Amino acid sequence: MPDLLIELFSEEIPARMQAKAAADLKKRVTDGLVEAGLTYASAGAFSTPRRLALAVEGLLAESPTVREERKGPRADAPEKAVAGFLRATGLTRDQLEVRAEKKGEVFFATIEKPGRPAAEIVAEVLEATIRNFPWPKSMRWGSGTLRWVRPLHSILCILSDEGGASVVPMSVDGIEAGNTTEGHRFMAPGRFEVSGFEDYLEKLRKRHVILSPEERAEHILSDARNAAFASGLELVEDKGLLSEVAGLVEWPVTLMGEIGEDFLNLPPEVLQTSMKEHQKFFSVKDPKRGQITRFVTVANRETPDHGATILAGNQKVLSARLSDAKFFWENDLRVAKDQRMQPWIDTLKNVTFHAQLGTQAERIDRIAALAREIAPVVGAEPDSAERAARIAKADLASEMVYEFPELQGIMGRYYAEAAGYTADEAAAAQEHYAPLGPSDDVPSAPVSVAVALADKLDTLTGFWAIDEKPTGSKDPFALRRAALGVIRLVLANQLRPNLKHVLLKAFAPQPADKLADAAKSADGEAKLLASTEMGESSFAYDEKEAVVLDLLSFFHDRLKVHLRDEGIRHDVIDACLAMPQSDDLTLLVKRAEALSDFLKTDDGENLLQGFKRANNILAQAEEKDGVEYSFGADVKFAETHEEKALFAALDAAEKRIEPAMKDEDFVAAMSAMAHLRQPIDAFFEAVQINTDNQIVRRNRLNLLSRIRTICLSVADLTRIEG
Amino acid sequence: MQTGASRPKSFQEVILRLQTYWAGQGCAVLQPYDMEVGAGTFHPATTLRALGSNPWAAAYVQPSRRPTDGRYGENPNRLQHYYQYQVLIKPSPPDFQQLYLGSLAAIGIDFDYHDIRFVEDDWESPTLGAWGLGWEVWCDGMEVSQFTYFQQVGGHDCKPVSGELTYGLERLAMYVLGIDHVMEMPFNDPSSPIPLSYGDVFKQTEEEYSRWNFDVAETEMLLRHFEDAEAECERILSHEHEDPKTGRRIVMAHPAYDQCIKASHLFNLLDARGVISVTERQAYIGRVRALAKRCADAFVQTSAGGWTQAA
Repeated sequence: MPDLLIELFSEEIPARMQAKAAADLKKRVTDGLVEAGLTYASAGAFSTPRRLALAVEGLLAESPTVREERKGPRADAPEKAVAGFLRATGLTRDQLEVRAEKKGEVFFATIEKPGRPAAEIVAEVLEATIRNFPWPKSMRWGSGTLRWVRPLHSILCILSDEGGASVVPMSVDGIEAGNTTEGHRFMAPGRFEVSGFEDYLEKLRKRHVILSPEERAEHILSDARNAAFASGLELVEDKGLLSEVAGLVEWPVTLMGEIGEDFLNLPPEVLQTSMKEHQKFFSVKDPKRGQITRFVTVANRETPDHGATILAGNQKVLSARLSDAKFFWENDLRVAKDQRMQPWIDTLKNVTFHAQLGTQAERIDRIAALAREIAPVVGAEPDSAERAARIAKADLASEMVYEFPELQGIMGRYYAEAAGYTADEAAAAQEHYAPLGPSDDVPSAPVSVAVALADKLDTLTGFWAIDEKPTGSKDPFALRRAALGVIRLVLANQLRPNLKHVLLKAFAPQPADKLADAAKSADGEAKLLASTEMGESSFAYDEKEAVVLDLLSFFHDRLKVHLRDEGIRHDVIDACLAMPQSDDLTLLVKRAEALSDFLKTDDGENLLQGFKRANNILAQAEEKDGVEYSFGADVKFAETHEEKALFAALDAAEKRIEPAMKDEDFVAAMSAMAHLRQPIDAFFEAVQINTDNQIVRRNRLNLLSRIRTICLSVADLTRIEG
Repeated sequence: MQTGASRPKSFQEVILRLQTYWAGQGCAVLQPYDMEVGAGTFHPATTLRALGSNPWAAAYVQPSRRPTDGRYGENPNRLQHYYQYQVLIKPSPPDFQQLYLGSLAAIGIDFDYHDIRFVEDDWESPTLGAWGLGWEVWCDGMEVSQFTYFQQVGGHDCKPVSGELTYGLERLAMYVLGIDHVMEMPFNDPSSPIPLSYGDVFKQTEEEYSRWNFDVAETEMLLRHFEDAEAECERILSHEHEDPKTGRRIVMAHPAYDQCIKASHLFNLLDARGVISVTERQAYIGRVRALAKRCADAFVQTSAGGWTQAA
């Protein structure tokens, strides 16, 4: 059984794409082979910066012959029909077989598809794989039309067995497959022949290429650890960086260098950002000083001076970068200390946030006022919240953040501290951006929470005011993320803001010239609510109200997504949204969680059925009679034991539910409701509602109405499905 | 691969060796474009000539201005005015990487001792509506060149594809010469009768322009000029292809493109003055891109851009 070796040799493949490309090569080629009938024993894929390789072992030498039997016309069928069958099968008449069937004699054809040699199949599969390769980004080069991640230079494709190796004849866009490849670009230039996978591995290694990315990564990690350990230091490990660096070299050589003493006092975030993002250096920590003092860089070659020139160059580049950073840091600190960041705050007056939403400075004014407003709700001191908000974005005008935008907020905190703000106020400069991603921590310090909420609410109300809402997959201002941020801040801190009121406050200073458009595009329900809440004619409605309610319903949509991710069904959320105070997100979620848990119990499920039955009967009766049954059920008209028991149970439940609801203890309220399940079931079992005695009938309907009222006081159960 | 060329002695020797090398590879050695541009790519010899099917091979030095990078001549590496070396070959030759490495060897980089790496860096110029795939080339961790296969310029697919190289000359020369501060770099041979350093030539201008760029340039006027350039570019392109005076077909792609270059530089100046916000930036960039795109549309209507009288 032959083995197959494929290598696609190109100009440097981006490190981040290599692992997936190797996996794709393996999957596409082996799937193609198997589909064509060529099974194999095992396959492995590899990548280096310049090559993707695939080794397939124990491949069939040819695909098996396939026999297919086809039934034709009856033996006495007209000549035309037989001729048609012969054409379709490609056989001659004497090759047909006649078999006796129930209906008479029938022609049968046996078509044999002969097996094909592996080389032929491999050539087809590889060409299709190359032409349709799923690179995240691909390109053309020269005058050709082939697309690859970078120019593809050569294809090695050989089948080998005991008898030797042979090239699979194929070509793609003028690149002929062969049996040669290249080693390390600088340490072993020139092409060489390969006769099989073992030979390939060995020759590559001799020519300074380690084929396996895992082996290169292990090599880098152990060398870097050892180098750090030997100096009494610790490597700051970073898996992402390790696999990236392993994808940048074919022959890794780790070198450890010093960070100049001058730079050791820079904030660690600045050191790490500079080293990792720009230079792909690992940080090395001195555990005694608790500081990053050295770096490890990975070169792609050995040199006669054991890397001295390379290390010196890298050190120089790092020094240049860090002296830039140090220059920024010192200038910025001066502005922070001597002028309390005022020049930055002034600069923000000239920086437009958005053409229609004014400058950054105007935005900061709005955020500061709003943070003040929110402060009492989150337990922050209003003056402190306002002060924090006024400087939270000052670092955007600092030199360091201009240079390293990813350090926004982090620098703000350092500078605010230097400017003499309290630790809480300084922390807000960093934390008010959070939470950004789903894995981000939610701030809990009151001042940070106040500014974080104000920042996001200003963004949301601003873009709502100018009618720039997210549509479909387009959300250029990350408004969904901002809304989710508000939701997470409120829920994580168990806050109880009057959200509608806060939104109206946030909305007030926003530009109003697009209000009519914004109101027009508000969803219908928001408009309707705005008109009814205003208590005026249903034709006139308050535009501002409509937009705020529309934004509130956006919050509800985001909340639904958020809760769905936490396993709460959408109908459960709808049932809670329909209750009063639906802008109190904390209350809403408390209710939804209790209801969701309740409905998962047997009692909950059965009570829901009981409620639905009661509600249906009532609704039918009310429609038929044209009245609402809502009051006056009296136990003195109760006839049966079950009826009386239900009265008693409802009395008892009400006594427990009312105070529980007052305390917003939904779990207690629902567990009290659970006690109704048995009496309700028994009642329906034993009692006929629609009796001839109208007094008894009315009384029973009014009793059902008590069930409805109690159940609906907890959540709108009519919205629960099933 | 040729290695072991002697080390150059001055900034200008680095430039001269690159000129000689690329001339030797068959490139037309052009002179800088006579307008303020942010990068060598803006030279019409790159932007416009990357379009259309006509083969092209050019190399040139281009003075480049980045007003926001001004540091009053004090920063060891940063300048608001610096030089780029630019090479454009269409179609990109199959051995373009080797040719490039040859140029590094020509300026004295010995591959036995240095670590050369091609690190993913896809190039995109939002103002030119152009993008390509390639790398930044690292020498011992320092970026010494940008290496790009142009895929699109001014919204047009590049067919054939051009290979483009951009060398940051100061940085590259400082590395090769072993200099730590750009102003201390010998501009001419240090043993000349009158040795001049980079600082002798440029310290004064860096100071002057830094002050002007950051604090003095009149923003109202710059804005007005931006709008003028934009209007003129569109006006030029709105003319009929046939010149009424000569009766010839003269598509004025280059004069229009000059206005696009102007608008782009004015935008950079406004940016340095700190009067353009993050959100506004996008709008300005979009306006320049719209001009670049129209100029590209016009260039492919010229014979230099591959236009032929259609049957």
